[in-house]
Amino acid sequence: MLSLCWKNIWRNKTRSLVIIFAIVFGVIGGVGFSAFYNGMIYQRLDAAIGNEVSNIQIHNPHFLENKEINDTIANMASILPILQNNKQIKAFSYRIKTFSMVNSANSSNGLLLLGIDAEKEKKVTGIYQYVKQGHYLDSCKKNSILIGQKLAEKLKIKLRSKVVVTLQSSSGNIASAAFKVAGIYNTGNTSFDERMAYVKYDDLAEIVGFNPGMAHEIAITVTDNKLTDTVTDKLKTKLAGYSVKSWKEIMPELGLMTDSGQYMLLIYMTIIFLALSFGIINTMLMAVLDRIREIGMLMAIGMNKLRVFIMITLETILLMFTGSFIGLILSYILVEILKKTGIDLTAFASGMADMGFSAIVYPFIEPNAYIQIVVLVIITGILSSIIPARKALRLNPSEAIRTQ
Amino acid sequence: MKIIEITNLTKVYSENGNEVVAVNNVNLDFEQGEFTAVVGPSGSGKTTFLNMVGGIDNPTEGQILVDKVNICSLKSSELIDFRMNNIGFVFQAYNLIPVLTAKENVEFIMFLQNKPKAERAKRSAELLNAVGLSDRMNSRPSKLSGGQQQRVAVARALASRPKFILADEPTANLDSKSAETLLDIMEKLNREENITFIFSTHDPRVVNKARRVITLVDGQVAKDERNN
Ligand SMILES: Nc1ncnc2c1ncn2[C@@H]1O[C@H](COP(=O)(O)OP(=O)(O)OP(=O)(O)O)[C@@H](O)[C@H]1O
Ligand SMILES: [Mg+2]
Repeated sequence: MLSLCWKNIWRNKTRSLVIIFAIVFGVIGGVGFSAFYNGMIYQRLDAAIGNEVSNIQIHNPHFLENKEINDTIANMASILPILQNNKQIKAFSYRIKTFSMVNSANSSNGLLLLGIDAEKEKKVTGIYQYVKQGHYLDSCKKNSILIGQKLAEKLKIKLRSKVVVTLQSSSGNIASAAFKVAGIYNTGNTSFDERMAYVKYDDLAEIVGFNPGMAHEIAITVTDNKLTDTVTDKLKTKLAGYSVKSWKEIMPELGLMTDSGQYMLLIYMTIIFLALSFGIINTMLMAVLDRIREIGMLMAIGMNKLRVFIMITLETILLMFTGSFIGLILSYILVEILKKTGIDLTAFASGMADMGFSAIVYPFIEPNAYIQIVVLVIITGILSSIIPARKALRLNPSEAIRTQ
Repeated sequence: MKIIEITNLTKVYSENGNEVVAVNNVNLDFEQGEFTAVVGPSGSGKTTFLNMVGGIDNPTEGQILVDKVNICSLKSSELIDFRMNNIGFVFQAYNLIPVLTAKENVEFIMFLQNKPKAERAKRSAELLNAVGLSDRMNSRPSKLSGGQQQRVAVARALASRPKFILADEPTANLDSKSAETLLDIMEKLNREENITFIFSTHDPRVVNKARRVITLVDGQVAKDERNN
């Protein structure tokens, strides 16, 4: 039966090839677009987790609301051992986080200044990898600052320039301090690069008047991003009274985008296959009309309705399978190549970079997405064979045979 | 032994108000092993008659017993299976599936009957041999002449081991030489294997081969002659 159906498909080569190509392009389009979308979102996510947010953060709950300098995390000494003893936590780093003004000789800008332990921070965020000029904070003198390229441009300053940082100290007074630019980084995310600057924990603690160990934020990296929710839940129960949040809670919009990315493909493919199914219905209807006499003959000699239905349905599914199979192989190859080379959007990327998306997108797709497509193919195949198959079933053999 | 008993068989087509009586009150019996030609002018109801006997078309009135089974009372799904297992068909044209070889075409009906593969292969080879096409088993219909295609159709009709074979103008598209060969093969099968054939035709030379000739005029049996 299968081989009969396969042979039937190739009776009208042009007609079948046209629809197969349509399916091939549909699949490539759908997979390609989703892979691109996935790549964009996950790069954004990786950057956000890897450079800034990390997997989990702990705060004093008031700090998140008020951003007050004195809303530090209470009783740090009791928290750190809990984190150290959790095997699913790869590393953590505590930070002083202040909102400050930075002035150069020419200009000034608002700033989120992080006081970090350079060594610990290295294990949590990858900002050190993006240092383009100068160096990271670990090998620097006192009062060194690491700023983003965009901020450097705005302030019209270079490496080793002096800047003055003004912020509120813990006593409520305004404090200022001079820093020397030790390094300039560039993550490609311009809004991030303009807003974030790093100094050593000890330097910042001294300026704001904190005792050693006081911090606003603990950033935690887990051994595997999939463990984020488990670890978050564990910490939440252990650290009642603190704010423990996963990256999804910190950046809900990004969490939503990654979640929706998985449905994107399904939605695209459903739309594409819906459109294609009209073509398929048309193709199969013509195939049935071309064979009225033959189908009538088959019914006359004893081919029952179920078998006629199966024959038409199988032909439809085979047609779709062929198209999707070729389409999937080609899109697999395409995605694998682009995964390595990336798609360079520099030409139109300035807007994207402002939104935090990088200019070179490395598309990728989850392996089970391919399975989803195969399932979709079968469903569409069955659905779009119903009309042609019904047409075949309604044939009256005696009339079909008389048709000239 | 009577294998077909037909009583009061009538078929009326009504087309936009007009009623056409294609078959009019026919009463006939057929014995096992008969070799019958149904003749008559165009429009006399031969095709309509054969289609009803074959269970492809429903009579307006009357009944048809095939081996004591009233086929007119079968549900359409039962009728399809009944046709598959009891009746062999040879049509004027378009008998074969163009994408299958001669052998595959013969096997197809046995495939529908869920016969095992080995049996299908054996029987299809035997039958194609019987119709003189053992050297063309793997040819597709388009590579066969019209006469050869009709011989494949006869082999296909026999493959299901039917009680009788109905052939509606099997020679209509054939030249006289091929028509004669086909009839000789049918006649030989009838004589040697006791296969019952009922066929319609216009061709007087074909009629001469028949041992029973039924003449239809305006849907009624005008003559029913036996010549042995
Ligand atoms: N589906 C139909 N609807 C209406 N009338 C029909 C239909 N089929 C056949 N007829 C009519 O029934 C009558 C008998 O037709 P049928 O085809 O049985 O004749 P036939 O003897 O086979 O003719 P031919 O020798 O030309 O094949 C004709 O008058 C024909 O017009
Ligand atoms: Mg006729």
